[in-house]
Amino acid sequence: MSDNNDTAGSHEPREDGGSRRVVGTPSSVGERTLLAKDDDEGYPAPAGAGEELDEKSAKNAERVVAAFFLLAFAASVAFIAYYIGWSGRNGGMHGVTRTRESNLWLGGTMALAMLALAVGVTIWVRRLMTSKPIIQERHEMASSAETRAAFEADVLAGGEDSGITKRPLLRRTLLLAAAPLGLAPLVLLRDLGPLPEKRLRHTFWGEAVKKAKAEGKKGVRLVVDGTNAPLKVSDFNSPGGMITVLPEGIEETHEAANEIAKAVTILINVPAEQFKPVKGRENWHVNGVVAYSKICTHVGCPAALYEQTTHHILCPCHQSTFDATDGAKVVFGPAHRPLPQLPLGVEDGYLIATDDFPEPIGPSFWERG
Amino acid sequence: MIRPTSNDDKTRTGISVKRITAWRRRPWAGYAVVLAALAAIAGLYAGFSPKTDRAEAAGTADAQADLANGRQLFNQNCASCHGLNAEGTKDAKGKPIAPSLLGVGAASVDFQVSTGRMPAMNPGAQMPRKRPIPVFDTEIKTDYSEPEKREAAEKQKAQAEKNIHDLSGYIAQLGGGPSIPTADQVDPTKGDVALGGKLFRTNCAQCHNFTGQGGALTGGKYAPELSKSDVTPTQMYEAMLTGPQAMPVFNDSTLTPKDKQAVIAYLVQTREEPNAGGNGLGRIGPVSEGLVGWLVGVGLMVAAAMWITAKKPKKLKKLKNS
Amino acid sequence: MSDATAPKAVAGPLNFLDDRLGSTNFFQRNVKKVFPDHWSFMLGEIALYSFVILLLTGTFLTLWFHPSMEEVVYNGSYTKLKGVQMSEAYSSALHISFDVRGGLLMRQIHHWAAVLFMASILAHMLRVFFTGAYRKPRELNWLIGINMFILGMLEGLFGYSLPDDLLSGTGLRITQGVAESIPLVGTYIYMFLFGGEFPAGQYGDLIPRLYAIHILLIPGVILGLVTAHMMIMWHQKHTAMPSKNQSNEQVYGYPFYPVFMAKTGAYFLFTFGVLALLGAFAQINPIWLFGPYDPGAISSGSQPDWYMGVLEGALRLMPGQGTEWVIWGHTISLNVLIPATVPLGIVFGGAMAWPFIEQWVTGDKRRHDINDRPRNAPVRTAIGMAAVTFYGLLWLAGANDVLADKFHVSLFGTTWFFRFAIFIGPVVAYIVTKRICLGLQRKDAAVAGHGVEAGIIVMAPDGGFSERHEPAREDEMIKILSKEKARAEAPAVDANGIPAPSQKGPMGHLRSRLQRAMTFDDIPIEEHGEGHGEGHGHGDEKAVGSGSGKQLGH
Repeated sequence: MSDNNDTAGSHEPREDGGSRRVVGTPSSVGERTLLAKDDDEGYPAPAGAGEELDEKSAKNAERVVAAFFLLAFAASVAFIAYYIGWSGRNGGMHGVTRTRESNLWLGGTMALAMLALAVGVTIWVRRLMTSKPIIQERHEMASSAETRAAFEADVLAGGEDSGITKRPLLRRTLLLAAAPLGLAPLVLLRDLGPLPEKRLRHTFWGEAVKKAKAEGKKGVRLVVDGTNAPLKVSDFNSPGGMITVLPEGIEETHEAANEIAKAVTILINVPAEQFKPVKGRENWHVNGVVAYSKICTHVGCPAALYEQTTHHILCPCHQSTFDATDGAKVVFGPAHRPLPQLPLGVEDGYLIATDDFPEPIGPSFWERG
Repeated sequence: MIRPTSNDDKTRTGISVKRITAWRRRPWAGYAVVLAALAAIAGLYAGFSPKTDRAEAAGTADAQADLANGRQLFNQNCASCHGLNAEGTKDAKGKPIAPSLLGVGAASVDFQVSTGRMPAMNPGAQMPRKRPIPVFDTEIKTDYSEPEKREAAEKQKAQAEKNIHDLSGYIAQLGGGPSIPTADQVDPTKGDVALGGKLFRTNCAQCHNFTGQGGALTGGKYAPELSKSDVTPTQMYEAMLTGPQAMPVFNDSTLTPKDKQAVIAYLVQTREEPNAGGNGLGRIGPVSEGLVGWLVGVGLMVAAAMWITAKKPKKLKKLKNS
Repeated sequence: MSDATAPKAVAGPLNFLDDRLGSTNFFQRNVKKVFPDHWSFMLGEIALYSFVILLLTGTFLTLWFHPSMEEVVYNGSYTKLKGVQMSEAYSSALHISFDVRGGLLMRQIHHWAAVLFMASILAHMLRVFFTGAYRKPRELNWLIGINMFILGMLEGLFGYSLPDDLLSGTGLRITQGVAESIPLVGTYIYMFLFGGEFPAGQYGDLIPRLYAIHILLIPGVILGLVTAHMMIMWHQKHTAMPSKNQSNEQVYGYPFYPVFMAKTGAYFLFTFGVLALLGAFAQINPIWLFGPYDPGAISSGSQPDWYMGVLEGALRLMPGQGTEWVIWGHTISLNVLIPATVPLGIVFGGAMAWPFIEQWVTGDKRRHDINDRPRNAPVRTAIGMAAVTFYGLLWLAGANDVLADKFHVSLFGTTWFFRFAIFIGPVVAYIVTKRICLGLQRKDAAVAGHGVEAGIIVMAPDGGFSERHEPAREDEMIKILSKEKARAEAPAVDANGIPAPSQKGPMGHLRSRLQRAMTFDDIPIEEHGEGHGEGHGHGDEKAVGSGSGKQLGH
């Protein structure tokens, strides 16, 4: 903006000098301000106080403004006084009630100080400032044709002088050198994360089942998320029951949070007479006790909202709805695929998983197939 | 310029009609009205913050139930839908009208009746919580200053408690089922609140929201609010235990009584906890925050902008003109 | 304007600077720079000042916040979470809230400022759009503004994800799901963004990364764009509403110093005051109630902050059946991809392209310093309202569970309603808005042509009664006459039957069709000549809003 000749167009207001009327200034026929009989209305000047101040009202306004400034002062002092004098009592602010108190006091005084200052300044501008509106010229943004032509000539001449236009070898090798140099930083970002590989295809259920089978067992036990108590079949015998379960031992894994985020499962007790097992999965449930991945196949929120009357599993994020009686097939919402089902079994009276989910859990991805 | 003049345009309140009209014609008057209306809505909205009254501990009578009284109450209030033997009824097409009560247990009866859901008046998508009918009304007001009135009310309340107890006992005797928890089992001060929070967020918050404000289910059903003080710890326990309506069942072996107590402790402590940051805005998360941000935040800023850029103060000009 | 010389305390530093930088030249040129006044011109300032407040409060928060996913056991003063395992990030956010005095206030002001920042940008953009203030020469600032809004969305998403509470973790989980849906590179983007698998990756890199992006990268870029935005605005001078003394050649208003400076200073204080008020009395993002992030947990009513609500709504509305295909062993998940990209793509892409589309269709490549009244550009206003409706409906759809719960309507019912409404609503909004605009134009035309009903009944000598019409107030007339005449359509063929150059080819046909659609129902507004209105014959000496509009007419 350094080349901007703003002041060139700046004038003292010329409204009052009737002799030098410029386009747009009010004509002497101002009396014809019709219909809005209230003659205070319709003065088109922007805000700000008028040209002449009535000294008495100005004095009043000054007092009002000063009062607001004093209020702001008092509020700021109260802010500091509260902070130093009260907020630190009994060893400082701890816990909800003291936080609430200090938040209200500090915030309230702060807001009061700011708002009082703001109101004071606004009244000051509106009632006491005697600046008059002025007119400035606007300018065409574009440079003149000569300037453009001169610049163009300079640029071309410079290119000529540097030799870049007439020495193609120079130009091409420079471009060649620049290309890999620009790519180098991208290479540096490679270690941002591991490659996807098969990570998204398995959960800890598979690993745990494999380990259990190596120990001669049939599968891994289901434990309640939160209490880590293993579940017996007889424990989970109430029709309409639902609980979130994890494979036993998941808490001790490396990257436990990541494993839980994939392995988390809901266990539902569907009344046996209403349960319709999917073909080929007839033995995946235990008398209507069925387990589905809790991770929604839409974008991965925990689909956890189970209505025992309709047997719908609903994801509270985007309302994908799955039918628990029918292999968790989608009945409504944005999800496309059913929730993956976990094959269940019984061992020593405990509910176990006999294998991993048969398909990748969670949202779809390109390599999923 | 002819101008209709009248000196007689004062209303009975003494406010000049002219002045009102003049105010109304101000360029900002429309905005002011809209802003005032929005502010009123925002105020109302913010008013829906949870009340943090103390939950009254539910007294659970251990006394033997009066089965005869229970039977009589059942016949009067429940049998018309659930059948004389509590076996449930069906309409002509075989669609169930009311379920069988055999085996639902005392906990279920206590929950349904003390929350006023049963006896149901008109079946809809879901039975709403309401004031129980007089014979079961345990929420009756008893804090009268007149001793006679208070005594009468207390007596009525005791009778209502006894009635529910008798009715529950009668149904339990018909088919067994989960029983009403003891006062000790539901004492929120004895629960592990940290565990309760974890269990609540894993198993309950998906429907009831993270602070128990409730939420929408399918088909016009909803998960009720748990943040109001009229939801007693006993009712919370019974709800988990019996899974009323669409709610899943959390029996005592999947969520042990200790776990349930932890959940109750979390819920009760959360609803009694004051909002550290001012008004809780309904504790429902970013939706109400966005609403307040737009209505109050942007609203106040627009009002300030209008004031700053408004035309000359009237007073000043009048004085200048005169 | 006093004759006194400046006091030494002022003159000293100024001279010091001037001796070294020649800065007084610059100050002198700009000290009285004119700023036109209108309340809606201050909406952008809210964003500017919110940004300043975000920087201030954000810096305060960094002094205590630990951007780390290390698992710790909480032992702070919030009793309900004592002994709970959580990330260090969440634990330090609790520490700021409950153990640092004023910490919760700063957190709340920071979050409210973010809400207000985005809201005011949107309001400012709407003002600029509906008044046509984006037109030449201001297209660049329009583009910069849209990019700042998009950056603000990312900045907000990363910001509210930092405390690692249950709600923000849910947001990240959705971010993961959306990233995975990207064809070909989705899983790589996911792994590279999270440093491994959700949520903690291999080394707990996610939150430190979001932190660096949130406090350094994006704010830096926004700061640069804000600077450019302001400098361009300063250089080009602000647009003005059509009124007396405003034209393409001149700008009328109060000088920067002292009036505008004081006003804008007061407005900064108002912004800070309102945010402090909200921070003190309205709780926002109570992370202690949400609990620490737990991949198995979820709350009903899990919504993002308002500026992400559109995406949330789009994700909710998209039906899942028939929208995901497996082709040659590869999954294309349009049920995620479309809502994540198309609606905002339409709104923002359309907004960015609009100034150039409009120029192309109307052929209007002139400079515009006087704003249009929305009614005078009915097609633009109607398209704007259609976009607002589209955005607004998606936004509401993002809260459909809250709506269903609070108003006791069926959840799926709301979904179905919005699925239809996002297509029908914008069309209805377009038609209604355009009709309203034309109606208002007609009213303006009547006022300009016949004056205003005076409410005075005149009895003619022959006994007939008629109402007197009087010319409207001058400033009213200036506003009304600021409407530019629709440009006459260039003839499709010249006198020799050869198609005009701009009409050739399919693009030329499209262009002339669009131009016709934009102007065919234009209502000419003209001041009535002699004999009507009393002595209102000074129209020719008045500089109506757009001086160049007149030149064009001839």
